[in-house]
Amino acid sequence: MPDAKAKIALDVNGEPVEVAFAPHKTLLEVLREDLGLTGTKHGCELGECGTCTVLVDGTPVLSCLVLGLACAGRRVKTVEGMADGGLLHPLQEAFAELGAAQCGYCTPAFLLTADALLAGNPHPAREQIKEALAGNLCRCTGYIKIYEAVELAAARMRGEKAEPARETLYGQP
Amino acid sequence: MGSRKKKTTERRNDGKGMQFRVVGTALRKVDATAKVTGATRFADDLFLPRMLYAKLLRSPHPHARITAIDASKARALPGVKAVLTGKDLPIPFGILPVSQDEHALALDKVRFVGDPVAAVAATTEEIATAALDLIDVKYEPLRAFPDAIDAVEHPDPAIHDYADAGNIHKLIDLEFGDVDAGFREADLVREDTFFFEGNTHLPMEQHAAAADWSPGGRLTVWSSTQTPHYVHRALAKVLELPAARIRVIACPNGGGFGGKSDPFSHEVVVAKLAMLTGRPIKITLTREEVFYCHRGRHPTLMWVKTGVKKDGAITGMHFKSLLDGGGYGSYGVASTYYTGALQTVTYPIPRYKFQGARAFTNKPPCGPKRGHGTPQPRFALEVHLDKLAEQLGMDPAELRLRHLVPPNSLTANWLRVGTMGLGRCIEKVVAGSEWKRRFKRLPYGQGIGLACSSYITGAGLPIYWNAMPHSGVQLKCDRGGGVTVFCGSTEIGQGSDSILAMIVAEVLGLDPLHIAIVTGDTDLTPVDLGSYSSRVTLMTGNAAIQAAERARDLIAPHVARKLEVPAERIAFADGRVFDVEQPEHGVAFAEAVQLAEAAEGTVGTVGSYTPPRSAGRYRGAGVGPSPAYSYSACVALVDVDPATGIVRVPKIWIAHDVGRVINAASVMGQIEGSVYMGLGEALMEEMAYRGNRNVVHKIPSLLEYKSPTTLEMCDVVTYVVEDPDPNGPFGAKECGQGPLLPVPPAVANAVYDAVGVRIDEVPITPEKVFKALRRKDKGEEPRFGPTRFPEIPWPEPTRVPPPWEGGDGTAAGQSVGRTLGRHA
Repeated sequence: MPDAKAKIALDVNGEPVEVAFAPHKTLLEVLREDLGLTGTKHGCELGECGTCTVLVDGTPVLSCLVLGLACAGRRVKTVEGMADGGLLHPLQEAFAELGAAQCGYCTPAFLLTADALLAGNPHPAREQIKEALAGNLCRCTGYIKIYEAVELAAARMRGEKAEPARETLYGQP
Repeated sequence: MGSRKKKTTERRNDGKGMQFRVVGTALRKVDATAKVTGATRFADDLFLPRMLYAKLLRSPHPHARITAIDASKARALPGVKAVLTGKDLPIPFGILPVSQDEHALALDKVRFVGDPVAAVAATTEEIATAALDLIDVKYEPLRAFPDAIDAVEHPDPAIHDYADAGNIHKLIDLEFGDVDAGFREADLVREDTFFFEGNTHLPMEQHAAAADWSPGGRLTVWSSTQTPHYVHRALAKVLELPAARIRVIACPNGGGFGGKSDPFSHEVVVAKLAMLTGRPIKITLTREEVFYCHRGRHPTLMWVKTGVKKDGAITGMHFKSLLDGGGYGSYGVASTYYTGALQTVTYPIPRYKFQGARAFTNKPPCGPKRGHGTPQPRFALEVHLDKLAEQLGMDPAELRLRHLVPPNSLTANWLRVGTMGLGRCIEKVVAGSEWKRRFKRLPYGQGIGLACSSYITGAGLPIYWNAMPHSGVQLKCDRGGGVTVFCGSTEIGQGSDSILAMIVAEVLGLDPLHIAIVTGDTDLTPVDLGSYSSRVTLMTGNAAIQAAERARDLIAPHVARKLEVPAERIAFADGRVFDVEQPEHGVAFAEAVQLAEAAEGTVGTVGSYTPPRSAGRYRGAGVGPSPAYSYSACVALVDVDPATGIVRVPKIWIAHDVGRVINAASVMGQIEGSVYMGLGEALMEEMAYRGNRNVVHKIPSLLEYKSPTTLEMCDVVTYVVEDPDPNGPFGAKECGQGPLLPVPPAVANAVYDAVGVRIDEVPITPEKVFKALRRKDKGEEPRFGPTRFPEIPWPEPTRVPPPWEGGDGTAAGQSVGRTLGRHA
């Protein structure tokens, strides 16, 4: 027989949520299967690829390694919570603009990891971006458009009128 | 649909001298917003009411006969709804007509650790997994073959009941002119042996599929597949259902790279389980299982002998390859031909001989990975040329620049080269990297290396023989001014949906946002063969141009009548249809559609594309021909630590001849992504097995299968070269695979420049570099790599005179009029 369900209350994307689930379930499973938030993806379910990254109390965590039960009373942010109504987050805007999302499967995790980075460091150097994103694998982009998108978004979030460099979109002359 | 009665206006798709509004810009992809908001629904994101979950039981043996299966305990477990074994799905399938050698579940034999044996459907994944443990399978283990040489040298026990010889799946021997005469004319003849280790696609999305069977007798299958059309065919065959009652929907792929191009066991199994249980069902493979699906790069042993004149001109080349195919055929016959096909399209080779063999072994099957069968020989050829240049005392860039295949020419193996921008590519990377200042002049431990490559823009022939188009597009014009494009192509992240929107927008003068795209659904979209062989932009693009031009030709006369001007003066731009001589005199596109609809009825058109007939007509000529070849040149800068052998790559310069840019941002992304994947293959990626311990995969996890993170990825300087090809849509050629190919040899050549050792084997791991440095210190040959190519029972060669020897593309003695040259 299945285990009796556990019920917790938590904040998901700024809204209070109550959810009941089998107590062995990971946060990843609770988000996808019990809350219908399938924007959070999985690549290994072993904590190796970073694809399931979400923010818990503002910190990136691998949702495949965190029990749902451990999130009672916490603030969880998923990719579904990034846009402000109909307005994309500057990171989402920049990822879309530069093609930093190709297949898009690892994208939610990169967006949230970058979101946490920029919250603590509004002006990260390229090396700091690489360091922050080193736990997230992407097989499509070679990471370059992702760095450039994070830099573009960071500039815009600082209030600068930043546009992508010509070489970013068209290559070297 | 639509009217086809009017002659389509003359095609101007080579794009030379054309002015574009949409083509060539860096547009946000049509699916970009869904991808950054998490709204994109991948296959595993589907949850259907009353859905069951499936799991597969996989073989723990690399090679064994199944003597008995008892699933009664599994069937009795509460929550289990169905159990399948091989006898429930006895019809074989496979991607190539000549290799129908797979069963959804092993029938009587398993051929690798991970081969699917049984399947369970249950109310939860946990119950399904628990049920697998209750299935009792009795195996009689057989001798297992851990590598290709072992399989070549031991025909028994045979892994399959079909093969060209023993455990050699395929044998090829093609001869284009007298290579020995070429070697006699040479000033220098050199032989080298290379090995390219197997590696895998590693898409971030694990394969998943869902199925639903309606009581009315229709089956729907959703899958993370790059080739819904081939899945459709395989399902119809194995399930013995009319194809007309099966709908295959390709979900957006979370990365493919060739790894989702075969019809797979799990797709057949969920379909059958849906039919048996009458409930929707889903299967999602674990990451470990994705390693067993594989179909990745064939481990390939290669031997090459080339004769050159003092100026570097090649007089003849003999190339041999031995591919380790794994347990099944997959695309392997085509892969084997590809290891010999494209050597000829970069530098002129007047006489060429290719011998290729693919062995069955007891490992997950190999197949098409980005570059399909060509990165291995390209690595060998470009390192071999580097060695030849050194012996000739020539700069390797200069050697290549002096000997480029001319545009609009035929090669020795009858490939028709169209535009050829390799020279411009080499010039770009040589200038950008300051090659002349750096080559042979950097301090010990730092090095720079150069390599080039070419790749097909789609294959000239389909996978199964048919005379139909390779790609079809339907176009529906709505009276509100919107246009919907229907095409069977599959979005795998490469941007194929956006290409359709941009091309139709260009022709009809619309905003791409006014165009809706419906792709990859066998009920809704005309067939496109799939997202493989870099065919999609060229083939769907040409089909889309044709459909859009027909829509233009359908609409224009009705606008002309209203404006009272001749139809030839009607132009489409900026969402309007107007008189070119008085641009203010016109109507909105929506009104133009309404005029046409009022006069002709529903406004829809179709377009399709079939590649030009290939020149070669010999058996085997089907692999290699393409409507257009892309070209790439690459320079890699490396730092080698002589104390540890660790190679770091700080920077790569890449130039790629894409013919014509359609979406600039996508082109950049494809080139950078190719460089990334090539770098991973060059330095770290490998499928490793314990040959002496049951041939188990050493590292079926994302942690242990090394792939570059942000910390290993190099800086990339990209040059986009445009040499529009008349066969491409507006001149476009491919860019998704070609730029991978020159990276591994460029890195190997740079390592030699840095520390003076040749690593003739990919990946270039610290251990190999260290061993080569030790050998150098001891005064031995400063090299790491294979030393032997085994004896192989080559068949009688197919002798085809090259074009300059007066042939007609057929083999000597070949009966006239037969169309040969498929993957047979």
